[in-house]
Amino acid sequence: MTGPTRGTTRGTAADELAAAELEAEQRLAEAHEAGRVATTRPGWAPLPRRAGLKPSLSPLLSLRTPISSRARWTLGVLSFLIPLTAWTVLSLTGSVDATFLPPPGAVLKAVVDMATTGELFDDAWATIQRILEGFGLAILVSVPLGILMGTFDAGQAFLEPVIALLRYLPAVALIPLLMIWLGVDEGPKIAILFVGTVFFNTLMTADVVRNVPRSLIDVSYTLGARRGEVVRKIVIPHALPGMIDAVRVNVAAAWNLVVASELLAATAGLGYRIIRSQRFLQTDKIFAVLVVIGLVGLVIDVLLRILRSRVGKWTA
Amino acid sequence: MTLELRGVAKDYTVRDRKIRALDGVDLEVSRGDFVCVVGASGSGKSTLLGLVAGLMAPTEGEIVLDGVPVTGPGPDRGLVFQSGALYPWRTVERNVSFGLELLPIDAAERKRRVDWYLAETGLDAVRKSLPKQLSGGQQQRVAIARALACEPEVLLLDEPFGALDVQTKEDMQVLIRQVWADTGTTVLMVTHDVEEAVFLGARVVVLASDPGRIAADVVVDLPADRGLGVKREPAFLALRAEIEDLVREQHRGHVNRVAAVE
Repeated sequence: MTGPTRGTTRGTAADELAAAELEAEQRLAEAHEAGRVATTRPGWAPLPRRAGLKPSLSPLLSLRTPISSRARWTLGVLSFLIPLTAWTVLSLTGSVDATFLPPPGAVLKAVVDMATTGELFDDAWATIQRILEGFGLAILVSVPLGILMGTFDAGQAFLEPVIALLRYLPAVALIPLLMIWLGVDEGPKIAILFVGTVFFNTLMTADVVRNVPRSLIDVSYTLGARRGEVVRKIVIPHALPGMIDAVRVNVAAAWNLVVASELLAATAGLGYRIIRSQRFLQTDKIFAVLVVIGLVGLVIDVLLRILRSRVGKWTA
Repeated sequence: MTLELRGVAKDYTVRDRKIRALDGVDLEVSRGDFVCVVGASGSGKSTLLGLVAGLMAPTEGEIVLDGVPVTGPGPDRGLVFQSGALYPWRTVERNVSFGLELLPIDAAERKRRVDWYLAETGLDAVRKSLPKQLSGGQQQRVAIARALACEPEVLLLDEPFGALDVQTKEDMQVLIRQVWADTGTTVLMVTHDVEEAVFLGARVVVLASDPGRIAADVVVDLPADRGLGVKREPAFLALRAEIEDLVREQHRGHVNRVAAVE
């Protein structure tokens, strides 16, 4: 009726009826208005006033206020220096037996000794290799699964319940079972890494994929993209920085798990070195290995951070 | 080219309750036309564009483009959102070239076309920038250039200037009239801004609310080469007032119906 005709289309009987209804509604609305403004505010006692916010003494004490880069560096150095000083004081004053808490110098010497014999590198490499295999496998499985879950509601409905349950099984509790199934060699160690990280990484990947704005997907269809192209060219690039974040969180878990698995049955690796040193009460060596574990973890984290900021230049 | 909507209705299901967003919409847009759809909230303006874009299917009726029923989204109907919906990791020129990258044309041809659209929309200087480095107006230029690069039969604009400040908005209005003249693209635009609709449109369609229906279809009888100055002329002001009254009536009815439901 109204379609192709140009010019206003008003004046039919139906429209007149609608107009009459509308007028009645308008009268109602005006009556509402009139009723609403009829009362003025009662003469309450004045509200007690709070004093306004006083300026804070220093940016260090203000909520969410950037601090100077000098303050930032000082605080960063202090966060290492304070525990290190406490350690030095405790061991040098002899208040703790050096057998239990070797002084920092002894630990540094142990690091250097183990590095010169080469055992440190062999152990570290054995551990890193397990991470590459176990956690690498977890990434290969979890990323496609996460994309599937984040892209298709059906994938979500099918996978989410079982994965949400499985991720709460503590991976360490599965070590005995995995040893029965896979023996005492590399198998269970890699499996523990895989089981301990694959579920979390799947759910976190699914989450970032689901956060790809719907409008980006819709607009891509109107530009001629097919479904597969939308996943490849829109969903994955948009989710990539978030996926790297997920890997960064989960590689830390992998790093914890691999050392735990090496404590049980291994012939090389940083966890193995800790157990061996325990047998001979070489606490300086234990500390040395702990330092190395911390440092390698830090290096992995920094590398992933750099990758993240390269890939995610467009975010933030 | 003609775009035809025949008896189009659209229901949404909200918590098992059916809500009719559009009802019995008949609309015909012919080649080269510039049609602005105005309506109060609840008139189903965006739904109308979503249906034409093919992002959703009508509950009743059909939408036909050049005799072929619309069954899904495609590059013959380019869409520009209010939010721009730019690809944040792609530079301006790579946003504009997205649709062309999907087609079997060589890189030189693609570049030639991208260059033209960047120049047309005044984006040449920022072609290597990322969307986040652009102002709101520039971002909308990218969204328009990206849609136009696919040479759509119809350009669908969903409140494209709704989030811009008044001055930028007027710049964009002049730009879109220029682009319309230069490319001959058919435009179907949705807005809540009556002044904008009268300034831009060759036709203004007023939607009624609850459910959305076409209440009026007004031809804008203003010179084709109008500039911003036309906004002060009596003919413009009269037309604007007439359409504003129509929209206001619909809005008041909508508010009262919402109040009655609650």
